[in-house]
Amino acid sequence: MIEVSNLTKRYAGVTAVSNITFSVARGEIVGLLGPNGAGKSTTMRILAGYLPASSGTVRIDGLDVFRESKEVRRRIGYMPENNPLHHDLRVREYLKFRARLKGLRRKRSRERVDVVMEQCGLAHVSRRIIGQLSKGYRQRVGLADALVHEPELIILDEPTIGLDPNQIRSVRQLIKSLSPVHTVLISTHILPEAEMTCNRMVIMYEGKILAADTPENLQRLMSSNSQVIAEIAAPQAELHACWAQLPEIEQFDISASQGNYFRCALTPRDGLDLRPQVFELARAHGWPLRELTRNHHSLEDIFVQVTRPAEEDEG
Amino acid sequence: MQAYWTLVRRELSAYFFSMTGYVIIAAAMFLLGLSFVDLLKQLRHQPTPMPVTELFYMTWFFWLILVLTTPVITMRLFALEKFSGTFETLMTTPVSDRQVVLAKFSAAMTFYVLLWLPLLGCVLVVRFYTNEPAVLDAGIMGSTFVGILLLGGLFISLGCCASALTRSQVTAAMVSLLLSASLFLLAVLADQLPAQATWQSQALSCFALFDQMHDYARGVVDTRLALFCVTATLFFLFLTLRIVESRRWK
Repeated sequence: MIEVSNLTKRYAGVTAVSNITFSVARGEIVGLLGPNGAGKSTTMRILAGYLPASSGTVRIDGLDVFRESKEVRRRIGYMPENNPLHHDLRVREYLKFRARLKGLRRKRSRERVDVVMEQCGLAHVSRRIIGQLSKGYRQRVGLADALVHEPELIILDEPTIGLDPNQIRSVRQLIKSLSPVHTVLISTHILPEAEMTCNRMVIMYEGKILAADTPENLQRLMSSNSQVIAEIAAPQAELHACWAQLPEIEQFDISASQGNYFRCALTPRDGLDLRPQVFELARAHGWPLRELTRNHHSLEDIFVQVTRPAEEDEG
Repeated sequence: MQAYWTLVRRELSAYFFSMTGYVIIAAAMFLLGLSFVDLLKQLRHQPTPMPVTELFYMTWFFWLILVLTTPVITMRLFALEKFSGTFETLMTTPVSDRQVVLAKFSAAMTFYVLLWLPLLGCVLVVRFYTNEPAVLDAGIMGSTFVGILLLGGLFISLGCCASALTRSQVTAAMVSLLLSASLFLLAVLADQLPAQATWQSQALSCFALFDQMHDYARGVVDTRLALFCVTATLFFLFLTLRIVESRRWK
């Protein structure tokens, strides 16, 4: 559905997006993830045909976004950052205006407006003026606008920003319900959001793509070298000798803990899970074992891990 | 075409959904009323062969209304949308830049015409009290309104251009006021300086909007003004279009 290749965008002197390549298949929900200023919004604006790329190509449904801009725009439902709306219009008026603008015939636009208002839970506020609605409702109006012409691709720039937890949950559910009929690209800097809603994530930092995979794979990738922590009551020298001769352990660290326990942090080779072996060892030696855990990396850690080195380089 | 009409409707209704539209109409009606009082005073003293529209034009309120209201009408067209971000949602729908510029210009023109309708009322009042059928001469009324339309087009396209340049409505209004005032001053200059054979004088005579508009108010349709206004309007609309497009190559 989306093919981005070698996309670069430079503003006067600043490179906002540098040479990124990724693609999104039909029916996927893909999260564009990154800290503020990573180039997510710029990428989305280019995809939506609002800004041109400095170099590289973007194809949506096989069409070039710059050359066949109008055709592409017909296929896209785009909600920009901060969800700008006409605050002087009523909800139904606004959606109808947008539907007509997007080329829907009168009868069809009426039908579609009713459908999306139902879909986004706006039916009971259809006569309210947008400027007087709460932020959550406005966000839904923005979503309804993005959906009104039944686009194949929906691009949402930070759709849950500034919402309260309940509203976030309902917006997320709505986004999830769009797949597989629609392809969805959302940007966010909130990790759990991407973790919960997306089939795939693209992590961006300073205009570059650092990682792109499913949330599970990213997690697996990161947990491959996750440490096992074991607290064992045994003579330190024996523990030392024991870990040293185990081939699966790449690195270990022993420190004194409360009582006569020692806290061992064991880093495995090749992403092995060391827990059964450690337990087996403790049992064989008759050492009391009071804790055995494996660090589970959340996406948060991945995010920090992936984006931190670059930050330090910069400093 | 559908997108064009949808946009025109939206832009036009936006004037009436906010205070701006009513304030502009009220201000223009106030000025028109003042000019009408002025006009009636003149009529009381002696009979005149001049048509009412010419009398009205001679009160100078015409220029005041033109120069003061057009920047306020046009300031919000692009600047407000850019400021609130709705420009982005607008430009990511399948509408062409040309449709957007033309729709905004048309809406502003329509509003501008609405602004001048009370003038018709004033003329009707004169007709009612003087019992002079010649007051309501269709040709003179027509040519006056054509003149109003032509000059309005010029000043409004100028305002569109100013509004497309910036995100701030105040800046847009100031820039278009500045441009309109300069145009007005050029017209004053052309009116005051004696005609000479030099090219400067020739060039300046193109801006002799006072005389030309005076002709229109008298019922004489002068092609010079029509040509000047139409070309200038097209030029400024073209410039606006280029400014709107500029985000694609900036």
